[in-house]
Amino acid sequence: MSQILTMFSYDFMLRAAIVGLAISIAAALVGVSVVLRKNSMIGDGLSHVAFGAFAIATVLGLTPVWFAMPIVILASFFILRLSRKQSGDAILAILSASSLAIGTLVISINKGVNIDLNGYLFGSILSVSWLDVVLSLIITAITISLYVFAYHRIFAITLDPDFAKSIGIKTGLYDGIFAIICSLIIVLGMRLLGALLISSLIIFPTLTAKNLCKSFKSVVITASIISCLTFIIGLILSYLLNTPTGATVVLSSLAAYLLTKIYSLL
Amino acid sequence: MKTFLSTHHLSLGYGNNPPVLIDVNIKINKGDFVCIVGANGSGKSTLIKGILGLIRPKSGQISFENGLKPTNIGYLPQNTKTDPDFPALVKEIVLSGTLGQMKSRPFYSKKEQKIVENNLKRLQINHLSSHSFAELSGGQKQKVLLARALSATTELLILDEPSNNLDHQSKKDFYQTLKQLNREGLTIIMITHDLDTEDLIGNKIIALDNSSASTYTTKEYLKRYQK
Repeated sequence: MSQILTMFSYDFMLRAAIVGLAISIAAALVGVSVVLRKNSMIGDGLSHVAFGAFAIATVLGLTPVWFAMPIVILASFFILRLSRKQSGDAILAILSASSLAIGTLVISINKGVNIDLNGYLFGSILSVSWLDVVLSLIITAITISLYVFAYHRIFAITLDPDFAKSIGIKTGLYDGIFAIICSLIIVLGMRLLGALLISSLIIFPTLTAKNLCKSFKSVVITASIISCLTFIIGLILSYLLNTPTGATVVLSSLAAYLLTKIYSLL
Repeated sequence: MKTFLSTHHLSLGYGNNPPVLIDVNIKINKGDFVCIVGANGSGKSTLIKGILGLIRPKSGQISFENGLKPTNIGYLPQNTKTDPDFPALVKEIVLSGTLGQMKSRPFYSKKEQKIVENNLKRLQINHLSSHSFAELSGGQKQKVLLARALSATTELLILDEPSNNLDHQSKKDFYQTLKQLNREGLTIIMITHDLDTEDLIGNKIIALDNSSASTYTTKEYLKRYQK
């Protein structure tokens, strides 16, 4: 216990915990809609684009978060359009691989610049700044308000976008808002969990909550709680066991998923 | 007879592809029960997507008359489109039908609860209200989605192949329900296969063929095509 208390006396740990918890809630909320609409690959594609953008920003000497945000948002609109097309998944895969390749190439060409490639791919809690803390709290507040005030409309669109549109709900507007929030979550969470692991934050909580809940409302609430719990357990374990944070958080989410799956089959 | 909606030289299609339907002129009257028939790819779903405003006309227009508003139509999409495992309670789903009438109000009031209660009773599924959608049978699921459509309208229902994937008994039962709703004054447009005459339960047929639409009474249509 005392070890855990000492852990949070470090500034960087505290920052990582705040950003992680905030992003966990926002990612779980957005994830419910994204996963149930079978768009899980969007998060994966965006995180690869974010990696490319971070690499370019670092080489150019810009603040990665500010540089990556508009690029990832643009990519999210592009991916949204793709998702309505037949061969969208193949083009998404090309976009992911190409972004990863561009990022890696940019970093390797500029050997003079000191970049932690491993940190970008798999996360590094040391790199979380106070700016990240402020931005992630803002984005989480926005996401929660959106879910409170547009909850029923989000439900209708998630269940059946055609029906929602037919009764006059502005489905295109909500799709756009979700794409932007998804992008911001990925940009802010990427340094903590890494480009290759951040999309799990969006996907796991909903799948886990679905094992336990029957109603949409309970899925939304349970996903947010599970997301926070698995993050904080992963963070503490990674500190105690001295393992990489991103990977430990993902495995703690996997454990929660498997346990609830077994429970649901009993 | 009051006209509810009519199309004038309407052409519909997707993107830059050639139109699926060209110069469609149809008229739906209040109280009609219209079956839309045609081969796969003849544009049945495209026509109702146009009416519902899900796709924009390439040319021509759709007019709504006698107080019918485009967002006041109850739509039942093809049942393959709804995730059968979606985590939601029956009442959550049916309540979402009322959202179109709420303007920008964020939360449901007593009025919406009452609409839902009435529609669940009307379809005799009020005992399922707190059940999980994923655990219902195919026929029950279809009735829940019909209840949602009813909660969106008091005037016009549009159904896209509602009897797909239903067993014979559920289908008969579902058609009985539709006939009853029509007798109660609801106008209905339903896409159906015309392979089986028992699916042609309405008073009018709109047959789609070669990108164009022709209207018949059901009697005329049967005489002409199925002897």
